[in-house]
Amino acid sequence: MITKRIIPCLDVRNGRVVKGVNFAGLSDVASPLELARYYSESGADELVFYDITASAEGRALFTDALREVASQIFIPLTVGGGIRTVADFERVLACGADKVSVNSGAIARPALIEEAAKRYGSQCVVLSVDAKRVDGAYHVFARGGREDTGMDALAWIRRGLELGAGEIVLNSIDTDGVKRGFDLEMLAAVCELADVPVIASGGAGCAQDFVTLFREVPKVDAGLAASIFHFGEVTIPVLKDMLAKSGINVRRIEP
Amino acid sequence: MIAIIDYGVGNLFSLQSSLRMIGEETVVTADPQALGAADRLILPGVGAFGDAREKLASAGLDGVICAQAAAGKPLLGICLGMQLLFERSFEFGEHEGLGLIPGDVVDMTPLIGPGLKVPHIGWNALDVKSPAHPLLRDVREGDCVYFVHSFCATRCDESVIATAEYGAPLTAAVARGNVLGCQFHPEKSGEVGLRILRAFCVWGR
Repeated sequence: MITKRIIPCLDVRNGRVVKGVNFAGLSDVASPLELARYYSESGADELVFYDITASAEGRALFTDALREVASQIFIPLTVGGGIRTVADFERVLACGADKVSVNSGAIARPALIEEAAKRYGSQCVVLSVDAKRVDGAYHVFARGGREDTGMDALAWIRRGLELGAGEIVLNSIDTDGVKRGFDLEMLAAVCELADVPVIASGGAGCAQDFVTLFREVPKVDAGLAASIFHFGEVTIPVLKDMLAKSGINVRRIEP
Repeated sequence: MIAIIDYGVGNLFSLQSSLRMIGEETVVTADPQALGAADRLILPGVGAFGDAREKLASAGLDGVICAQAAAGKPLLGICLGMQLLFERSFEFGEHEGLGLIPGDVVDMTPLIGPGLKVPHIGWNALDVKSPAHPLLRDVREGDCVYFVHSFCATRCDESVIATAEYGAPLTAAVARGNVLGCQFHPEKSGEVGLRILRAFCVWGR
C-alpha cells in the first residue's frame, strides 16, 4: 500500500538554509545540499525548499543551490516562495524541482494555478494555504500569514482544485508554532472536500503528533514540519519506527 | 552511452543527474543517428498520452524507437514513457501506442475501487514477481519507489515483472525481451531507484 509521507521543510535565504542546526556529521549546517543529503539518508520522503529571499540576486543563489541539490539527491523536491508566474515555475523546474507550491501568488491571480497545471500537469502544482479561524470560519491568510484575505479557506481550496491544483498543503496558523499537534479539525474539513493528496502542516511538536495525525485523519497523505526536524527534537528514523509500530504504513530505508 | 530520447516532454534534469551519479555517460537527443549509436535508450515522459504520442510521431521518433527495439537494443520507458510502449491508451479518447508490448493503458479509477485518490502519488512498495527480472535483481522486499500516475497498464500479464498494491495490484514494471518499462520514477526513488537504473545500465553488458 501507499505509504504516509514525512516531509521536512527548509527555509532558504540567499541560497543558505535558515535556522540550520548542528547535526552530527554536518560540516556546514546552512548548506542546502548537506541538509538535503542528511534528510534523504534519514528517510525523508520528500523535501520542501521555501525561498524566503526578496531580491533577484538571492533568487539566483537559490536556484544555484536547488540545482546542486537536485543533481545529487534523488527524492521528490518541492519549491515554494515568491512563485507568481509560469516563468517562476519554469525557473525552478529547470533546476530540478518536481513540484512547485503556490500561495500568495495564486491568491493574487488564481489563473496561475490553471496556467501551470495546463503547462506542467496538475501533479506539479501544489496549492499551499495558510488558514486561521476567524468568527467561526476558516479564513485564508496571505503574505506568510500576516494578512487576512477574508476568503473562506474551504471555498478557496475547492476553487484551487477546480483550477487544477494536484496537492494541497494546509498550514493551520492556529496550531503553527504551538507544538501541541496538527489541526485535526481543520484537516478533516479539508480532506472531506479534497480528492487530491492533503499535506498537513503546522503544529508538530513531537513524534506522537504524527501518529495522532494519521490515526485521527486517515485521509491525510503526509505530514510536513520544519523546526522539530531541524532542531533534532525528532529524527525521521525514530519517527518512522514509531509510526510503523502504531500500524501506520511508512517507507523504511535500510542504512 | 545511454541516450535519453528528447521529444519535448517532461523534465529530464533528474534523470540525467541520476545516471551521471551512477557513472553513466548520457546524451539527451532526438537525433536518429545518435539514438542508433547509443548502447541503450531511455524513453521518459510526463503528461498526457495523446500529446506525447503526437510529439513522438511529428519528430519521426516512433519509427526510430521501434526499429532500435526490433534490432535488440535495450529500451527503458519511464512513467508515460512506459505507457507509450503498449498497443493502446484510453486517456482522453483512444490512442495507438508504439505496440512494443501487448496491452492497454486505462484509467485506474474503476480498477482500484472507491476511497482511494487518483492520481496514485507517493511511495509504494514493489511486489517483484519471482524469479526477479534482472532489472529488479537488487530490489529487496518492502523497497518503495515513487509513483505519480492516473492511468495504468492492463491486459499485459505476461510482461509484468512487478506490481504495486493500490486497491489492486497495479502494473509497476514490465519487460518483453529487450523492451522494459517502469511506471514509477527510478530517478526520484532514492537509493532503490538508483539500483534499478544501474541494473538497466549493466543488463546484458
